[in-house]
Amino acid sequence: MARDTVAVDVPGAPAEPAAGVLRSALVRWDTALLVVLVAVVVIAGVLVEGFASGRNLQFLLLDVIAIALIALPLTLIVITGEIDLSVASTLGLCSAAMGQLWVAGLPLELIVVLVIGLGAVLGAVNAVFVTKFALPSLAVTIGTLAAYRGLAFVVLGDQAVADFPFRWTEAASGTVGDGAVPWAAVITAVLAIVFGVVLHATPFGRSLYAMGNNAEAATFAGIRVARAKFWLFVASGAVSGLAGVYWTLRFASARADNAAGLELAVVAAVLLGGVSIFGGRGTLLGVLLGVLLLGAVRNALQLADVAADTLNVVTGGLLIASVVVPNVITLTRALWRRRSRTA
Amino acid sequence: MSTQPKRTLRLGLIAATMATVLVGAACGGTTRGSEDNANPSGNQATGQANPDAPLVEGLDVAFLPKQVNNPYFTVADGGGKSATEEFKGKYKEVGPSEASASSQVSYINTLSQQQTDVIATSANDPNAICGALNSARQAGAKVVTFDSDTKPECRDVFVNQATAEGIAENQVKLISEQIGGAGKIAILSATPNATNQNAWIELMRAELKKPEHGKIELVTVAYGNDEDQKSFQETQGLLRSYPDLKGIVSPTTVGVAAAARYLSGSEYKGKVALTGLGTPNQMREFVKDGTVKAFALWNPADLGYLAAYAGAALASGQITGAEGEKFKAGKLGEYTIGKDGVVVLGPPTVFDQGNIDQFDF
Repeated sequence: MARDTVAVDVPGAPAEPAAGVLRSALVRWDTALLVVLVAVVVIAGVLVEGFASGRNLQFLLLDVIAIALIALPLTLIVITGEIDLSVASTLGLCSAAMGQLWVAGLPLELIVVLVIGLGAVLGAVNAVFVTKFALPSLAVTIGTLAAYRGLAFVVLGDQAVADFPFRWTEAASGTVGDGAVPWAAVITAVLAIVFGVVLHATPFGRSLYAMGNNAEAATFAGIRVARAKFWLFVASGAVSGLAGVYWTLRFASARADNAAGLELAVVAAVLLGGVSIFGGRGTLLGVLLGVLLLGAVRNALQLADVAADTLNVVTGGLLIASVVVPNVITLTRALWRRRSRTA
Repeated sequence: MSTQPKRTLRLGLIAATMATVLVGAACGGTTRGSEDNANPSGNQATGQANPDAPLVEGLDVAFLPKQVNNPYFTVADGGGKSATEEFKGKYKEVGPSEASASSQVSYINTLSQQQTDVIATSANDPNAICGALNSARQAGAKVVTFDSDTKPECRDVFVNQATAEGIAENQVKLISEQIGGAGKIAILSATPNATNQNAWIELMRAELKKPEHGKIELVTVAYGNDEDQKSFQETQGLLRSYPDLKGIVSPTTVGVAAAARYLSGSEYKGKVALTGLGTPNQMREFVKDGTVKAFALWNPADLGYLAAYAGAALASGQITGAEGEKFKAGKLGEYTIGKDGVVVLGPPTVFDQGNIDQFDF
């Protein structure tokens, strides 16, 4: 297995062009996504009545904010070769806790801090299992996916807490000035810049790609793999907690079943964004484009009165295409290279 | 064990909060009760109703069920479709494939973007879709909820399938008829904390206290959690614990079907009476094989039909949603709007050997 990887990774060619090819391929995937997104927006704007309006842009952004938020840390996690499937359950548990704390009479400002802290703790639990006990993150977070959702029901039962102050719930979908861009989208964009800088412009960010490509080699290169992964899971939990606050206020309803199943939408967006599920490849810009593309397609098809089931099929098809297309490109390129080398 | 002190603590905290509210002390931070959480945009019954206004033709009517491809809502929405055809409107059904509040919000936004005249919806969460509904109303839509209501300030009219009193009365009447007015009965409910179930059970207890039901004794309430397997086992348990049980009432579609399945394959078939709230399709074989004599449910097609007419009456200015206003709902006749903008469909429909084949849902 390891020998195979080495054989493919070091094809005798110098490292410099290989990295160049890789980078240009990534750029191309981001560019391709952007082109598709623009195409979808233009086509929908012309064909679908009601799509090209400020109000609809607001609706579209409000619908994808939770997905975009959670996708930020998840991108980094998937690049290291791990995964966090417990994000939506973390959101649900944080939402339930938010409701219970509000009922208990705590001030909302404090609750927001506590809930994000709770998210971080829940992420740390995942992190301990993954890094200290060296368990596969897929198994661990499938476990906590169920466990956190269960806990959410323990905390709040099947009740809903809904008497949050109108000023706060209104603000959750409120826009900047009289424009169409929600405040929450601005906060998401700021966080996206932070995560983008960390991933693409710091040694830490580059080390994530290294451990995604080969964790063992990264360790030998002096990268503290476990510590980096630990904090990524903590960040994932904290951001999921923040998404829980947003979700609760946006829908004015703290419920244990909030955002059930959202993890699939987030993973879909990350993969569509060009992040390799095996780690070591992907950009944050690509993921954000993926989030927007999925959101725009759903929004346009809904406005065009396409049935929910068809809509799911289209989203699923888009996801499969996003995984298949780059693989086919890589495969044909590898075949072509092998043939040219043997010739 | 450990839940007791926790509950006391929670109650204490709630009491403390309420005391805070009563005293009106709100200092620092946004706490519960320190701020008015009422939605100022929730407009109640504004404008003047003109009962003689004709129904407008060509209304865009959209049905947004809790979930599409759910047989109950498919039938209800079908009723809405036939009503919309009667008043020459344009009908459509949209909705999420999973019953979640958040996905309904995105559909409401879409409908509001499409300038829909009437939105008839059944809410997955009474609060979560409020903001979206109100912004749709501000954009000119009339909102009718059916089956499951939102907060009253978020819709114009709620079409209630039946009152809790109506259901309790009907269920007790059915079981009393089937056991000859005397004997031990048990209730097979859904989950112990299901709000509507508990309300019905309380009202059934009250109904049973009436002198004409004096010889009927309610021995226990079992909970099948609306799971087929659990309801099946609970039925088995009931008959083992109370060998002289005369009848079972299960006011939940899952429970009554599971109980019927157990009874039909047991020695109690035809001896222990079973009634409840069920759908004709689930119960047909058990009515035909003699396990069940009669059971009840509101007719979901009528529910959707009435919701569509209520929406059309709102959009045409016949009604505004205020108490006491009247409107005509095609074949169902005239309805009067009650308190909080609620219209009640009527008493549940009873299904038995004689009429069950006329229904398909």
